[in-house]
Amino acid sequence: MALLDIKNLVVEFQTAAGMFRAVDGVSLHVDEREVLAIVGESGSGKSVSMLAVMGLLPWTAKVTADRMSFNGRDLLKLSPAERRKIVGKDMSMIFQEPMASLNPCFTVGFQIEEVLRFHMGMDGAQRRERAIELLRQVGIPEPAERLNSFPHQMSGGQCQRVMIAIAIACNPKLLIADEPTTALDVTIQKQILDLLVSLQAKYGMGLIMITHNMGVVAETADRVIVQYKGRKMEEADVLSLFESPKSNYTRALLSALPENAVGDRLPTVSDMLFEPAPSGAAA
Amino acid sequence: MSIKVVEGKNIVRDYHVGGGLFRAQRTVHAVKGVSFSVDKGKTLAIVGESGCGKSTLARIITLVDPATSGELLIDGNKVDIARGGLTKEMRRKVQIVFQNPYGSLNPRQKIGDVLGEPLLINTGKPAEERRDLAMKMLKKVGLGPEHYNRYPHMFSGGQRQRIAIARALMLNPSLLVLDEPVSALDLSVQAQVLNLLADLQDEFQLTYVFISHDLSVVRYIADDVMVMYFGEAVEYGSREEVFSDPKHSYTKTLFAATPRADVASIKARLAKKKAAA
Repeated sequence: MALLDIKNLVVEFQTAAGMFRAVDGVSLHVDEREVLAIVGESGSGKSVSMLAVMGLLPWTAKVTADRMSFNGRDLLKLSPAERRKIVGKDMSMIFQEPMASLNPCFTVGFQIEEVLRFHMGMDGAQRRERAIELLRQVGIPEPAERLNSFPHQMSGGQCQRVMIAIAIACNPKLLIADEPTTALDVTIQKQILDLLVSLQAKYGMGLIMITHNMGVVAETADRVIVQYKGRKMEEADVLSLFESPKSNYTRALLSALPENAVGDRLPTVSDMLFEPAPSGAAA
Repeated sequence: MSIKVVEGKNIVRDYHVGGGLFRAQRTVHAVKGVSFSVDKGKTLAIVGESGCGKSTLARIITLVDPATSGELLIDGNKVDIARGGLTKEMRRKVQIVFQNPYGSLNPRQKIGDVLGEPLLINTGKPAEERRDLAMKMLKKVGLGPEHYNRYPHMFSGGQRQRIAIARALMLNPSLLVLDEPVSALDLSVQAQVLNLLADLQDEFQLTYVFISHDLSVVRYIADDVMVMYFGEAVEYGSREEVFSDPKHSYTKTLFAATPRADVASIKARLAKKKAAA
């Protein structure tokens, strides 16, 4: 049975100009030990659908779905208190801007231990020991000393490592990474991607990778979903997506990569004849 | 014989930081003796990680920041803003486009005024003529006259970057410094902006200094490539030389770290994964 199973997810926002549909009938599933990548440009609803799963959307959002179950539990029927017990424990998320998503007022040690206190009920000594172990796992040198550092004393790559440590603190079954490397340099990006994939393999987590970078998809994913304007354009395993993309949009996206440039001009998405394939064609 | 639009000889930039009551002064060597030259109509790409001094070098080329030592020649004339000051004519010749189009436009200024301001400050052109030139430039970068009276927040990221490029071109510069102009943009929009830059280069015979950390973009747009690492130019040569035969270990690391999106490398990765499982 799938770890996360979503059927026909719709997310709408209340705006001054009426309802705006950000996610329009997306279905997806993730199994244990699987890396799923969701690709799309900004505004394609890729982050919003995952925030809906986590229950982190503001009250102006209206979330409906035929089915939304995680690990056998129906997320739509959970009370907020019950959901808080799952989010951050069995299902956790890494955000795009590591500098902005850590609290600047507390040490990283405090922020890691906070999760352990809330979800695992460990005492102080156990928490400290586990926090040191986590920092070591994500590859931060001198972990015991770094527990007392504040976020501004660390680099962007190190902050992202701390975010990953917080996310995996309670051995989650599903990890959602929302553009985890967009704000980072290529050399640091490589390190973070390698870390995520090795942790995923080691603990058998399901991993959802949200990105707009086709290179990141090619380097990490098992299966890929391409989204455009809130709709699913294509779903395929990574090799067949790159070898023989089915929807025109995917083809346009791949040909817009600078390394695939033929001649002087890059083909842009709007240049290509655009015909959306029926949503969920490959599901 | 090609004309050198910009040439730098052994440029050094040091910053002095600290030096208060409790702390001794410290010197940061941001750029340590970099030499380069760009011919008219060509593109030099500067690549490197954050903190390697590439943006400092961009500021020196743009004549915003003086170099501590070394010579900077623009169109064959020596420029030293620390001593000689700067004429309006020199200002006109070099313009810059910044990384973040959301931060580089004044939110309370209409697009028409954004484009007219460089003319207002640097030339004596009357309002009517400034308006005409701004309208023409809007069309050049793929926007329309209807955008003249709008504010920056009404535009998407790609459109804003077009406006920033238009503003840089208003004074008809010969050299354009592009500081990571597409790294904040989506893949499809990135392709549009890169195409626009290529078209404008052909039309106005522009010279670009293109700063980036995305090697696939550099490979597409650059004629020459310079790789910087901790303030030094560790590799400098034509695009073919640098990409086919990287010499310095940092350049090799950089190439290895760049994600590859071709079928062969995906197959290799999947095979490796299967073997490990």
